[in-house]
Amino acid sequence: MNMELYSREGISGAPSRLFIFSTIVVIGALIIFTRLWYLQILHGDEYRQKSENNRIRIRPVQAGRGMVLDRYGKVMVDNRPAFDVFMLREDAKDFKGTIMNVSGMIKSRPEDIEATVRRDSPFIPVRIKKDIDRDTLATLLTNKLDLDGITVSIEPKRSYPHGTLASHLFGHIGEITEKQLDGGGYEGYRMGSLIGKSGLESKYETYLRGVDGGKYVEVDAAGREVSVLKEVDSYPGNNLVTTIDLELQRVAEDAFKDKAGAVVAMDPRNGEILAFISSPAINPDIFAGPLDPQEWNSLINDPMKPLQNRAIQSQYPPGSTYKTFVAAAALEEGIITKDTAFHCNGGYKFGNRVYRCWKKEGHGSVSLHRALVESCDVYFYQVGLKLGIDRIAEYSRKFGLGEPTGIELSDEKSGNIPDKAWRKKRFGSPWIEGETLSCAIGQGFDLVTPLQLLTAYAALANGGSFYQPHLAKAIVGPDGKVLETFQPKIKKRLDLSPETVALLKDALQGVVNEPGGTARSARLEDITVGGKTGTTQVVSMRADKRVKGQDLPYWFRDHAWFASFAPAEDPRIALVVFIEHSGHSGGHAAAPIAGKILKSFFDLEKQRKEGTQGEVKVEVEREAKAEGEKKPVSTVSHSPIPLPLPIPDSPESD
Amino acid sequence: MIDRRLITNFDWTLLGSTLLLIFLGVLNLYSASYSFSSGSTPVFLKQVYYILMGLAAILVILQIDYKNLERYAYWIYGFSVLLLVAVLVVGKTGGGARRWIGIGGLTYQPSELMKLSLILALAKYFHNRNNIGGYQLRELGIPFLLVGAPTILIMKQPDLGTALILLSLFVTVVLFARVRLKSLIIAGTLAAGSVPVLWQFMKDYQKKRLMTFLNPEFDALGSGYHIIQSKIAVGSGKVLGKGFLSGTQSQLQFLPEHHTDFIFSVLAEEWGFMGSMVVVLGFLFFILWGVSIAKECKDKFGTLLSFGIVAMIAWHFLINIGMVVGLLPVVGVPLPFFSYGGSFVITIMMGIGLLLNIRMRRFM
Repeated sequence: MNMELYSREGISGAPSRLFIFSTIVVIGALIIFTRLWYLQILHGDEYRQKSENNRIRIRPVQAGRGMVLDRYGKVMVDNRPAFDVFMLREDAKDFKGTIMNVSGMIKSRPEDIEATVRRDSPFIPVRIKKDIDRDTLATLLTNKLDLDGITVSIEPKRSYPHGTLASHLFGHIGEITEKQLDGGGYEGYRMGSLIGKSGLESKYETYLRGVDGGKYVEVDAAGREVSVLKEVDSYPGNNLVTTIDLELQRVAEDAFKDKAGAVVAMDPRNGEILAFISSPAINPDIFAGPLDPQEWNSLINDPMKPLQNRAIQSQYPPGSTYKTFVAAAALEEGIITKDTAFHCNGGYKFGNRVYRCWKKEGHGSVSLHRALVESCDVYFYQVGLKLGIDRIAEYSRKFGLGEPTGIELSDEKSGNIPDKAWRKKRFGSPWIEGETLSCAIGQGFDLVTPLQLLTAYAALANGGSFYQPHLAKAIVGPDGKVLETFQPKIKKRLDLSPETVALLKDALQGVVNEPGGTARSARLEDITVGGKTGTTQVVSMRADKRVKGQDLPYWFRDHAWFASFAPAEDPRIALVVFIEHSGHSGGHAAAPIAGKILKSFFDLEKQRKEGTQGEVKVEVEREAKAEGEKKPVSTVSHSPIPLPLPIPDSPESD
Repeated sequence: MIDRRLITNFDWTLLGSTLLLIFLGVLNLYSASYSFSSGSTPVFLKQVYYILMGLAAILVILQIDYKNLERYAYWIYGFSVLLLVAVLVVGKTGGGARRWIGIGGLTYQPSELMKLSLILALAKYFHNRNNIGGYQLRELGIPFLLVGAPTILIMKQPDLGTALILLSLFVTVVLFARVRLKSLIIAGTLAAGSVPVLWQFMKDYQKKRLMTFLNPEFDALGSGYHIIQSKIAVGSGKVLGKGFLSGTQSQLQFLPEHHTDFIFSVLAEEWGFMGSMVVVLGFLFFILWGVSIAKECKDKFGTLLSFGIVAMIAWHFLINIGMVVGLLPVVGVPLPFFSYGGSFVITIMMGIGLLLNIRMRRFM
C-alpha cells in the first residue's frame, strides 16, 4: 500500500532500492562478521601471542629547556641529566620481590613504593624515585637482573653552575597544574610537563621551553629495553640572553658579602639590569628537583626571609635619598632657587616639637648644593613644608615611585607615596603637617623598593628618560642564532627643566667628591661618581639617648641606602645598594660597597675594551675545575655559548 | 504544545536502541581512556557531556515539524559552507590539519555539520524536482555542485575521511532518488576518470596511508603501524575478550587514536568476538529499522532525508569497522556512538532527532 503512495509522490521504485540498500548493508555486516571470525577465532591464538610479545613501549623524551645566559653568553642556568627510577607493574614478574630489592637501593620504604605504583595502571611506568645520585644509579645498573620492571630514565633538570649567584632572578620550574591544562592555552603540554612557575623561567616560558620527543622502544619480557625502533626527536628550547653581566654580578656579591639587603645595577641609557642581588640568597637547586618539605619549611620560617626578593619586594622608607626628589619638586615649583638658603642649628621647631637634624651641631646657613651634599635635614624640613605633601607626592610619582617598575619578575611591590588623599583613605583622618617634615627627609609613610629607587636615579642620571628596567636582552636558538632582541622601553619622561637636572646632578657628584659630602667612600680615582646616601631609622631615638647603631639589637638597627650613577657627566651605570639593619649610615655602610662595585664595573669595561677576554675565560675554567668534585655525572659543559657578539645594542633613544 | 498523536507514534524502539549503543560506547570509551588523561576531566565524562548536549538537540528538533525544515535547507547548507570557509581562514590546527573553529573555550568541527546539511539540501533539491523516469545527467549538475564545494573545502583541511563520507552520501542519495541508466553509465565513467585528479589533491600522508593499506608490513612503524596494531588488538580478543579495562593493546596505548577512529579495536580486544558481534548486530538492527522509517514515510522530502541519515550512519559503521579490521585503508572516519568527539556526537544525535521527528509524524 505504501508503494502506491510513493509512486504518487515521485520516487518510483523506492522500496526496491531500499531493499537493495539494506542488502548491501547486510552483506557489509556479513563481511565484517567473517573478518572478525577470521581474526578472532581462526587466528585468535596467533594474535593473542603477538599481543603478548608486543612489547613496544612508548617513552616520552623530555626536551632540554633553554639556558639562561649572561649578556656575554656565559651560562647562568643550565640543564644536567637527572636519573629517575620508574616501575612498570606489568613487567615485574615478582612484584613484591622486586619492590623489596629496589627499596633498599633507592632508600624508600617498600610500602610507599607499592602504594605509589598501585595508584596507576599496571601498564604505565610509575616514577618511584626522582633524581637519584650516581652511586644509586650504579647499584641499580649492576643489579639489573633482580629488578624486573624497574627502569631508569634520564631527564634534563635545571642546574645552576654558579650556585646561589643571582638566584632570585631565575624563579623556579615545576609540573604544570591540572587547572592550567584545563584552562587552555597550553598546547603541547601534558600531565607532568615542566613549566616555569616564577621569575624569568615563567616570564620567558614560551622561549625556554623545548618540544618534547618520544621513542618507541622494544623491551624484552622483563621490560628491559632491547632496541629503539623509532625516535621522534625532541628539540631543545631557545636560550635566554639576559642583560646581567656575570662578572659584575660576582664582584657585587663578593662586595656585599653576607649582609641582608639588595644591590641592583642598571645601564641608565636603556634600562638593562647589569647586576641583581637580593640577600640572603636561596639555593635555586632546591626548586630544580623534588621539593623537600622540611627544607621548604625552614625557608619559609627563616626570620631572614630568604625567599623574599628584596630588590623588588622589600618596601622601606628611602631616608635621605628621597631629598633629591623633594629638591627637584621645589626647584620646578619655584619654591627655591639654587641660592635660597635656610639656617640649620641642629633642629627645627615645628608646632611644639623639635625636628632634629642628623648633625647635632647644625649646618649653619645652607643652600641647595650644600644641603644635598651634607644631607641637611633642617633645610628639607622647611622646603618640604613650603611644598606641601601633595606636591612632594606628585614629583615622587613622576620619578616612578609608588608604582611597580614593570620588570619581568613576579610579585613586584609598588611601595607607597603618601599624600592627603591617601591619608584620608588609609586612616580616615586629615593630613598632619608635622608628617610632611618626616616625609620630606624620607622617614615617614613613604616606602620604596630598591629597584624603584634605582630607576628613579637612573632617570635623573640620563637627563630625564624613565626606562623600564628589564632583564632580557635577546633570545638565541640552540645553534647560537639570534632570534629576537628586546628593545629598551621608555616608560615616561621626567619633564624636568635642564637647569634642575644639572643642579641636582652637580650636587649629587658633590655628595661623593666634595669635602663634607656624605658618600666620600664611594669616590673613584678617575671617574666622577654621583649619588646620595640615606639612612632609615627603624626606631626613633631621643637626642640624649643616642645609642651607637651596632649596639642595638639587630631588628632595631638602621637601614643603609646609597643610590648612585657614574660617570656623572654621561652615566653608563646606575647602582643602588641597600643594607637591611646595617646599623650604620648609608655613607658608612652602603657607599663603600657601591664604590667597590663601581670600580670593578669600570675595570671590567676597560679590560673588555682592551680585548683581554682571555683573562676572564681563565677564571671561568678555574672555577669549573673547583666545582668538578661536586658536579654530578654530567656531560653538559658550562663553557660559554658562542654568541655573535656583540648582540646589536638597541638604538639609544632620548 | 505537542499533539497527543505524536507521543503515541513516538518511536521508542529507535530511541531505545540508540541509548543502548550510546551506553556501550561510553563504557568502552571509559576503558579506552582509562590509562591516560589530558587535563582533569576524563575523556569519557566529556563524551557524556556531549551526549547530553545531543539529547537536548534531539528535544529541540522534535518540536519542529521536519516539513518546515525544508524551507531552511539551503540556508543551513549555505551556513555550513560558510563555516568550512571560516575553518580554512581562522581555523585551529591539530594533528597537522586545520579542522576546527574555536567558540569560546570550545572547538567545533564544521565538517560534521556539513554531513547533515548536504543531506538536507539534496533532499530539498530532489523533492522540488520530480522526474518519474529517473534523473538525467543535466539535472544532477546542481547536486554535484552541492557536494563538490564542501568536498573540496574539506580536502583542503585536509580530512580525507569526511570528504569520502560526503561523496558516499551523495552517490547513495542520488542513486536512491533514481538516475536513468544511460546517465549512470556516463557518470560512472566520469567518476573513474576523476580518480587521478583526486590523487593530485591528496596530501602525501593520505597517499602513503592508501599505499600502506596495500602492504602494511612495509612500513611497520610508520603509517602501517595503525593497521598492524589494530589487527593484533582485534585478533587477540579471541572469543570472549581480555576483559573490561584489560586490553593490553589499548591500555599500553599502541594506538595513538584509539579513543577516536580506532575505538572499535578496544571493544574487540576487551570483549572478543561475542562483544563485537553484539555491536555489529546492534548497528545492523539500527540501520534496518532506520530503513523502515524511510519506507513508511509518505512524503518525498522525509523519505530522502531519513534515507540520507540512515545511509550516513551505515557508511560510518561499515567504513570505520572495515578500517579497524584491516579491510579498508585508514581514513579518518569515526564510529557513531563509540568514537570520542563532540562535533560528531552532536551530528549523529541531531540525525537521530530528525529520524524520530519523521517517524512520529508519519501519519500526519
